[in-house]
Amino acid sequence: MTEVLVLIDHTEGAIKKVSLELLAMAAGIGEPSAVFIGPGADNAIATLGEHGAKIVYVVDGQAMLDHVVIPKVEVLTKLVAEKSPAAVLIPSSADGKEIAGRLAIAVDSGVITDAVAVSADVVATQNVFGGATIVHSKVSKGTPIITVRTNSIAPVQSGGTATRVDIAAEISASASATKVVNRVSVAKSGRPDLSEAAIVVSGGRGVGSDEGFTKIIEPLADALGAAVGASRAATDAGWYPHQFQVGQTGKTVSPQLYLASGISGAIQHRAGMQTSKTVVVVNKDGDAPIFDLADFGVIGDLHSVVPELTALVTARK
Amino acid sequence: MKICVCVKQVPDSWAEKKLNAGDSTLDRASADRVVNELDEYAVEEALRIVEAGEGEVTILSMGPDEAADSVRKAISMGAHAGIHISDPALHGSDALATSLVLAKAIEGRGFDLIIFGSESTDARMSVVPAMVAARLGLPQMTFANKVEISGSNLTIHRVTDYGYDEVESSLPAVVSVVEKTNEPRYPSFKNIMAAKKAPMETLTLADIGLDASTVGLANAWSQVNDFAERAAKAKGTIITDDGHGAEKIEEFLVTQKFI
Repeated sequence: MTEVLVLIDHTEGAIKKVSLELLAMAAGIGEPSAVFIGPGADNAIATLGEHGAKIVYVVDGQAMLDHVVIPKVEVLTKLVAEKSPAAVLIPSSADGKEIAGRLAIAVDSGVITDAVAVSADVVATQNVFGGATIVHSKVSKGTPIITVRTNSIAPVQSGGTATRVDIAAEISASASATKVVNRVSVAKSGRPDLSEAAIVVSGGRGVGSDEGFTKIIEPLADALGAAVGASRAATDAGWYPHQFQVGQTGKTVSPQLYLASGISGAIQHRAGMQTSKTVVVVNKDGDAPIFDLADFGVIGDLHSVVPELTALVTARK
Repeated sequence: MKICVCVKQVPDSWAEKKLNAGDSTLDRASADRVVNELDEYAVEEALRIVEAGEGEVTILSMGPDEAADSVRKAISMGAHAGIHISDPALHGSDALATSLVLAKAIEGRGFDLIIFGSESTDARMSVVPAMVAARLGLPQMTFANKVEISGSNLTIHRVTDYGYDEVESSLPAVVSVVEKTNEPRYPSFKNIMAAKKAPMETLTLADIGLDASTVGLANAWSQVNDFAERAAKAKGTIITDDGHGAEKIEEFLVTQKFI
């Protein structure tokens, strides 16, 4: 069976969920091989094996992460040349897309980004224009290089074990042209990451103020263990930080449950959330286009409905 | 300081977008054509850098004849010149071809900095800035929400999922900026008038030394097999709040096993 390379996204060996999802997707195409770059491989090999990786190619060491994307591109370039994989699957993060783009040039191959499914014959499904159009496409030259969105497939615990294969890699002159001199973490809310969250509680113009977010939206999110999102109207007004903006510009999310409060549902917003599995809407304007996407909707004032819902959800715990 | 800002003409991000039934390329006629919003941050960043010292900002765009309007529009923010690559053979070009064309148009012009918006609002691939950096062999300083230049050194804050990385390189370099990096200015009347007279080069593939067999739909590295509009969602249950709205949502969440 042909190998399928999966680039693993992790923080010092703590594997991100999307990587395990990609291993499950790779198993539908060929034999999954994980590519683990950076420190912490010892903590990751067993988990990767349990989730379907037969081989884990390891390039250990912090130095690989001290330069913008190129070290990872060079490792993958070498592996593509040596292993002739059926495909290379990469998480659809900012880094992941850039790695895929550069790898495509390096190995003269086509690249497809933001796939949500990849078939056995490597046809990728993409939801484009914010999910309004579903496209099936295929790489027609070289090795298919495909970035895949998080939450596209469930991880599969096959219970296998992986063989570790260490690979030597050097930092090239081209890689060392950029140097990461400092990593700065911004304070975490303790909530799940917006793009990975199973539930997103989102607020828009109807929330009315920054206080509305802290006193109405955030408590419901916390009761549900959800991430907080915001429409562009809310972030433009300065009520909530821009990094939580869901929409055409901003984040694209596809959670199991999207709860939209005070959001009218302009294309700008729908483009970022309309592939959500279940949508619940609270809005006082019954004509708001967001109701077209609702599985369940309440025409009413979020300032009374949402706090009551928070109390009910909290009381169930 | 010579700065090149790459812009893309896209369908308005507040409008519905479509693909052409015939060749699965973007239907550019179905919506108003505008300068990609994210590119306005790139133009603004370039203008601020030049205004803090000295230099010139050139707007570069690849696209059909109408894209010339977007080049002028971007120039009217205060840039100095434009380059528009337009050739029928470019229709349907993918990111690999686009990056090749842009790199060819940029090379040899002595730009110290090439700035992009971090993505286009239509294709949303976010790969072209990295690809152009790769093709030009220049440092890739992308996804920046802060750009600082000191002599021939460049420092950016590269946005990450945990915050940001402070990254350094030398110039020349390729930068992409994210949304909200700055506050893009509105074109002044004076600059709108100046933009009409700004020097504009209109170049074909042959002018930049590329053969038609390297670009376009027929030579793309990937192809669309088929596409379909997403089926409209079945109408959900919509109720008017009579004081029990929250309870009804709770019931729904319980039936759906969310709580």
